[in-house]
Amino acid sequence: MKKLWITLTYAVFTILIIIPLVRIFIGSWEEGFGGFVDALRRPQSLHALYMTGLIVVTVTFINTLFGVMLALYLVRATWLSKRLRQLLNSIVDLPFAVSPVIGGLMIVLLLGPNTIIGSFFGDLGFKVVYALPGMILATLFVTFPLMIREVMPVLQEIGTQQEEAASTLGAYPFYTFWKVTWPSIRWGVIYGVVLTVARSMGEFGAVLVVSGNIMNKTQTATTLVYQDVENFNVLAANSVALVLAAVSIGLLLMMEWAKKRKEH
Amino acid sequence: MNLRLRSRWWSFGFRSTVMLYFIILIVLPIIGVYGQSFSLGWQPFWESVSDPLAWKAVLLTIRLALIAALINIAVGTMIGWVLIRYSFWGRRLLNSLVDLPFALPTAVGGLMILLLLGPNSLVGDLAGWFGIEIVFHEPAIVIAMVFVTFPFVIRAVQPLLEEMDRSEEEAAYTLGASKAKTFFQIILPTMTPGILSGGMLAFSRALAEFGAVVLIAGNIPGRTLVASVYIFGEVESDNPQGAAAVSIVLLTLSFLILWIVNVIQSRRAGA
Repeated sequence: MKKLWITLTYAVFTILIIIPLVRIFIGSWEEGFGGFVDALRRPQSLHALYMTGLIVVTVTFINTLFGVMLALYLVRATWLSKRLRQLLNSIVDLPFAVSPVIGGLMIVLLLGPNTIIGSFFGDLGFKVVYALPGMILATLFVTFPLMIREVMPVLQEIGTQQEEAASTLGAYPFYTFWKVTWPSIRWGVIYGVVLTVARSMGEFGAVLVVSGNIMNKTQTATTLVYQDVENFNVLAANSVALVLAAVSIGLLLMMEWAKKRKEH
Repeated sequence: MNLRLRSRWWSFGFRSTVMLYFIILIVLPIIGVYGQSFSLGWQPFWESVSDPLAWKAVLLTIRLALIAALINIAVGTMIGWVLIRYSFWGRRLLNSLVDLPFALPTAVGGLMILLLLGPNSLVGDLAGWFGIEIVFHEPAIVIAMVFVTFPFVIRAVQPLLEEMDRSEEEAAYTLGASKAKTFFQIILPTMTPGILSGGMLAFSRALAEFGAVVLIAGNIPGRTLVASVYIFGEVESDNPQGAAAVSIVLLTLSFLILWIVNVIQSRRAGA
């Protein structure tokens, strides 16, 4: 019985995860290493990877900063009533429930060229939708809960005693945060960063709607994969996808490493 | 004194910035979508939703997402169980592979399935020979949804199994209960909250899935066009009001599910 279950588990993993990964690897090497490199050296590939990198860095930075602070407020803040905190706490999860396409649509509806705010920014010569700011906004929206959901449980667990002791002894808030709170939430924040990087790198639906997918302008790595598939350029799609898959596996390994480090 | 006052101003500034960010980024857009879909009144909203292609897309999505969630409940419960209870070669590796569908860009996931099952592939040809068409038909959509939502049930069940008190199970065995009886009467009830909340999360994620599905569904209106792809099409053809109308049908459903999951989880925490 036990053998059967283990075999079944292996079978599911092999079919659902391992074979597809291998297939993408083989697919991008169909014309040898040269074909793989050529597909990546196309100007649109380089530009798309650059855009993805830019979005990942910006989004991770902003959401880490705001995420940690909001998590602190949602757990600790005495200036918010308990009710209000509970309400805000459930709102945090909303982006998980929103389809990425709808997330993108929201930004187009609010900031698109035909809206009040959009045309205001447009007159100032600052394009939001179909440009980088909109894409960053969309990714910020989608990845918003990740950091908060990693940090909040840790904060709840450690309690406030040590921090209170530090501030009673006369430490400034920032000093207390740096010396007392930060070391205990550090691993939570690292998980949050890894998850945010992975999600913002892989975001597709929201970015596709907001960016308009203009080659060499607003195309990211994932939307390039989509376009290559639509153009039946499977080899190129595979090559870009392989790069993305390699990064995600790297992130996953990092996560495992972080978990191991935390346990010791 | 001066320093204290300044620090108070600083913290006030921080608080307002963070809260403003939160509200502008999350709350405002959601209100915006609801507002937009009713912006022209009830009539156009109803027309957009009752467009046969629109409601067919929504119904199709719900049906397929339900199938995907059920598959994941069965498979996920089994895998969660095996990964916690049995020790075997490669367990750690498999356990970390569970999260891969979350880490992998969904478009890459879609491409993988397309390559594996599509025309000119071994599996695709084999199935075609039997008269089953996978890619650009419903099975492919279900497979994509299962792939994308694979970790949910497993990750919801595992902590429950880890926390579970083994003595109850042992007592059942000692008292002569069969393996199957022990499983259904002792173990399964412990796992149920996890299975339920994991399954619902998987369902709501499958409803929302776009990247993996758009590549393999073929997107034939009325037949393999799922709701998120329909919304995308409406946006592309410059009909934001119609897109918003279908969006809020999906959104309301997802919010409802999220709320139920929250209730289940808080009840567990309270108990």
